[in-house]
Amino acid sequence: MSADQLRPLTELQVLESESIHIIREVAATFASPIMLFSGGKDSVVMLHLAAKAFWPAPIPFGLLHVDTGHNFPEVLDFRDDAVDFYGATIKIAAVQDYIDDGRLRERPDGTRNPLQTLPLLDAITDGRHDAVFGGGRRDEERARAKERVFSMRDEFGQWEPRNQRPELWSLYNGRHLPGEHVRVFPLSNWTELDVWDYIAAEKINLPAIYYAHEREVTLRDGMWIAITDVTPVRQGEAVEVRSVRYRTVGDMSCTAAVLSTANTVHDVITEVGLSQLTERGATRADDRLSEAAMEDRKREGYF
Amino acid sequence: MSQRSPALSPATNLTGGRTLLRLATAGSVDDGKSTLVGRLLFDTNSVLADALDHVEQVSKRKGLDRADLALLTDGLRAEREQGITIDVAYRYFATPARKFILADCPGHVQYTRNTVTGSSTADVIVLLVDARKGVVEQTRRHLAVASLLRVPHVVLVVNKIDLVNYSEDVFTAIATDFALLARSLGVLETHCIPVSATEGDNVVTRSHRTPWYDGPTVLSYLENIDDTRLAVGADLRFPVQHVVRPQSAARAPWAARATEVNGDYRGYAGKIESGRVRPGDEVIVLPRGSHAVVEAIDTPDGPLTLAVAGQSVVIRLGTDVDISRGDIIAATDAPPAPIRDLSATVSWLAERELTVGARVLVQHGTSLTKAKVSSIDGVLDLNFESGTVPCWLPAGKLALNDIGRIRLALASPLPIDSYREHRATGAFILVDDADGWTLGAGLAGSTPLTARAADTLDTLRPAPDTLVPEPDTMRPEPDTMRPELVEGRASTSSTPITPSTDSHHQAHQGKTS
Repeated sequence: MSADQLRPLTELQVLESESIHIIREVAATFASPIMLFSGGKDSVVMLHLAAKAFWPAPIPFGLLHVDTGHNFPEVLDFRDDAVDFYGATIKIAAVQDYIDDGRLRERPDGTRNPLQTLPLLDAITDGRHDAVFGGGRRDEERARAKERVFSMRDEFGQWEPRNQRPELWSLYNGRHLPGEHVRVFPLSNWTELDVWDYIAAEKINLPAIYYAHEREVTLRDGMWIAITDVTPVRQGEAVEVRSVRYRTVGDMSCTAAVLSTANTVHDVITEVGLSQLTERGATRADDRLSEAAMEDRKREGYF
Repeated sequence: MSQRSPALSPATNLTGGRTLLRLATAGSVDDGKSTLVGRLLFDTNSVLADALDHVEQVSKRKGLDRADLALLTDGLRAEREQGITIDVAYRYFATPARKFILADCPGHVQYTRNTVTGSSTADVIVLLVDARKGVVEQTRRHLAVASLLRVPHVVLVVNKIDLVNYSEDVFTAIATDFALLARSLGVLETHCIPVSATEGDNVVTRSHRTPWYDGPTVLSYLENIDDTRLAVGADLRFPVQHVVRPQSAARAPWAARATEVNGDYRGYAGKIESGRVRPGDEVIVLPRGSHAVVEAIDTPDGPLTLAVAGQSVVIRLGTDVDISRGDIIAATDAPPAPIRDLSATVSWLAERELTVGARVLVQHGTSLTKAKVSSIDGVLDLNFESGTVPCWLPAGKLALNDIGRIRLALASPLPIDSYREHRATGAFILVDDADGWTLGAGLAGSTPLTARAADTLDTLRPAPDTLVPEPDTMRPEPDTMRPELVEGRASTSSTPITPSTDSHHQAHQGKTS
């Protein structure tokens, strides 16, 4: 054996293997897992890991997208292409359907992110899914830092942070009562930079809006908001064409762009490495609502 | 403009780039643990502007004259309201050389279970003491837990050194006390560092106020620990997660990058928990005991000529053996004998108590086995003085935060290792069959604590046929924690290290005189 062969595994090798181990454990021990997939970079990496975990067999579970109806069209196109590319299948739970038939009402502020919880929980119940993969990372937010890889949800889909099971070694315990389900976060230990490094190393395709492009935007509450049907220009606002990109690709009504000229993955990594703002602080209006905004939504059954 | 420190040259493939180290913090309330963690995040530029804004605003609201770095690790609302930490929180920071995953464990006595949780995956424990108080009961308890869980390295951070006027004498006294404690508990690798987390002395930046200390800073210590040889140097253990038998021939476009396989492909997917494997290696499949030869190690990135602990792969065997999830593919040299009578040390994590006769599930590797508690042989008394070791007290039950010795009768034979030799495959958890709650953390085989503890236990009840006989720990142990690789760069020392080698501990105390 050469010395070179015995060098320590790299961070990305360890993270990839850990995530694959988690995904395989779920497939082997749950009756009906499903993986949330939005086309966002974290869920693309998660899907890529799932494909690698079961190769040469296909991914043994389906995907689910909770579509707010306010998604960027480029992301929806990408989503469908990616599903085909990885040989997966996808179900769509549409917030718009709920609004149309009165089960949900549009909020006064127009944001639909909080409206995703009900269609998500309905889809989980209807599909009898006992495990739901999410792309959440612990570095994203304070409340997430304490969440387990296997995170229990009660029959109302609620998270109880003060009553979590201890999680030891790599022994993940997914046993639960009927009606409960488990949210599984294979990317728990990844940071934003790890995700980008992995995208570069594995040459993973992303929606084009992650890279710099010209777009009509306006500066609103300190954030660059794209001018779209969902977010029209308001009185007194100046519309500019700027070179921007998105660090997250959530609901258009509450996802802002950042000024950027990074149009390759390596430029993005350089930019992410230098950035002064955390990912959510820069681009997610909904997390600014209150100090405990994410904690509250998670308790209610959000992703 | 301050910059984040992570390497700015991105990895161009999976095998180039930083290594990873997992650490856990432990200490009593008010030892300044949150401040130390905040300081590590802050001084490695792992804190971004908006998180820092939050800290500055809250500090101002509280009437503090400067940013309280402890607020960087603020978690749930209940914690902010009560000013305490409830649960293990995971933090991430990085330097160009290494990424760190930090399990931030609360210091309250009632949350000892969190220290066990944090320690279970840790390569190193960062243990804090207040320089004004020195080694206290909590320090002894935490170090005993670290020793039980076989955390390879322990670093003692003597914090608030500014409040004792950067006194070398105070530091030396604490370091000497700690060395005595570590030796009696059989902790192999320790180091002490004088620190002021508030002032930043010796956390990331070397302090000019401790000229008498010439050891590394906390960060530099963490950057330079090499522990990969521990797991890689041990015998192969590969718990099978599932059998790969692709029935559909449809190949997704992404798989064009991978080798095409034929219709009768059969492989075993899993993560190597310890050791290494190569095509041509002879292996044994447990618990059945069938022998086979490794034909190939497959990944979608191509076959491997060598796979090591930590890697998720698919192993193909030359012989057609009957293998299913829960089996372990192991090295033929000293494989664990499948047993039905499991003797173990258990850290009890649940509010409900454990009593003799209780039915539980044992989750080990990728298997789940029914079990019955056949006896509870003692509970560890963690109130002990430095220079002595914890004793086993008679007990009829285990309560939350107890560490006990128990025996379990297993419904089917389990090929379980002794925890002292194989951390991953000597570990198990106890699960409640009814509601699925995680009840306890189990360490198979003899307790890694010292002879007196074992002797005391033996006097409580006649020793049954245990998996591993209680060791005579007065003699130097086999060097299981520091296996020397015969080849490669992982071997840096040819001198076996045993707990009885005093000079070794002295050498790792920093400059103490």
